[in-house]
Amino acid sequence: MEFKDYYKVLGVERTATADEIKKAYRKLARTYHPDVSKEAGAEARFKEISEAYEVLQDPQKRAAYDQLGTRWRAGQEFTPPPDWGAGFEFSPGGFSTADAADFSDFFSSLFGNFARRATTGRSRGEDHHAKIVIPLEDAFHGATRTVTLRAPQLDAQGRVSLREHTLNVRIPKGIRDGQLIRLTGQGAPGAGGAPPGDLYLEVRFDPHALYRVEGHDLLLTLPLAPWEAALGATVKAPTPTGVVEVKIPAGSQSGKKLRLKGRGIPGNPAGDLYLTLDVVLPMADTERARQLYRTMAQELAFNPRRALGV
Amino acid sequence: MDDDMLTGSIIGNEYVLTAEELARACRTEMSWIVELIDVGILEPQGEEQSGWRFCAMDLTCARRAARLQRAFGASTEAVAVMLDLLAEIERLRGRLKRAGVDPNE
Repeated sequence: MEFKDYYKVLGVERTATADEIKKAYRKLARTYHPDVSKEAGAEARFKEISEAYEVLQDPQKRAAYDQLGTRWRAGQEFTPPPDWGAGFEFSPGGFSTADAADFSDFFSSLFGNFARRATTGRSRGEDHHAKIVIPLEDAFHGATRTVTLRAPQLDAQGRVSLREHTLNVRIPKGIRDGQLIRLTGQGAPGAGGAPPGDLYLEVRFDPHALYRVEGHDLLLTLPLAPWEAALGATVKAPTPTGVVEVKIPAGSQSGKKLRLKGRGIPGNPAGDLYLTLDVVLPMADTERARQLYRTMAQELAFNPRRALGV
Repeated sequence: MDDDMLTGSIIGNEYVLTAEELARACRTEMSWIVELIDVGILEPQGEEQSGWRFCAMDLTCARRAARLQRAFGASTEAVAVMLDLLAEIERLRGRLKRAGVDPNE
């Protein structure tokens, strides 16, 4: 595993005071906190920052980390020294096993074993949370998705280790963006014979090439030729369940919305599919096309700027 | 690989989570849930603590509040303002997207 230079991650000197470390962390959090940041990769970066802060803000963990010395460089191959952790008593507070799942192997090799030492007695396992990104089509047909999670596991001595945990989860037809799938008993194991926690999977749709999703409704921009919009027509439109024929009323303009009832995400009631009409002009790239435009210009007496008074 | 197929219960707009379940899922105390209700971050359905019920959005919102509070050491009131502003930004970004403008430009 790779060595992590927590001081470098937070951009502070090794001699930084607790206050300087907190300030550096808060400042970075403002930039990279995934709830407030739109920067690409913010989430991964914030995990690194949180992990570094978790160690450096805790005097015991920081002292233990400092004991590794200054000979290590970020990214260097690292194995904990055999006497690692001797003489340190880490407080179990501060981070929970669920946070630890987000942290690196480097972190868990150093601090994971001490995390839960003080846990005694019977306590229900913690709930875990994860996100699952699925294609929109799953909401129409249902699906089975495999989720791989890094789940912290407690052994009989109360030590934590991370293990990969793969689950097959049924995605029901009609699922919507933002809904949660709650899997009872799939969270952290309980202690002392108490029941395990639950796993909450937050469902998110992959952005779709054609449709935008709003609740259980879908939105699609439907391009039309000028004559289809002007004269009315029956045109083909895609829907997630197949191509349909749509009647375009004569005199339709760009921006007009048509509703295809029940063609959104299935359910009771099912969502609707909204088509936003978009009149597209044919290119005037041949003499014939230019001639047709000139004929319209001469014969239609059309002023698109009449409402502007010019 | 666990071969068993897991079928979960879906939590959406329906108010099904109890206050205890919400507190546990956020790894917080009940008193913190009450604080979120006091400042208006959460609006449960039902009367009295034992009858309160929450939906999926409440859980997502409460977890977000917990993360923000932890990262910035902010008061619950300040977190409420942050959440309002974030929701407003999300709404406006959605409008930009619908108007065909890339909100990241």
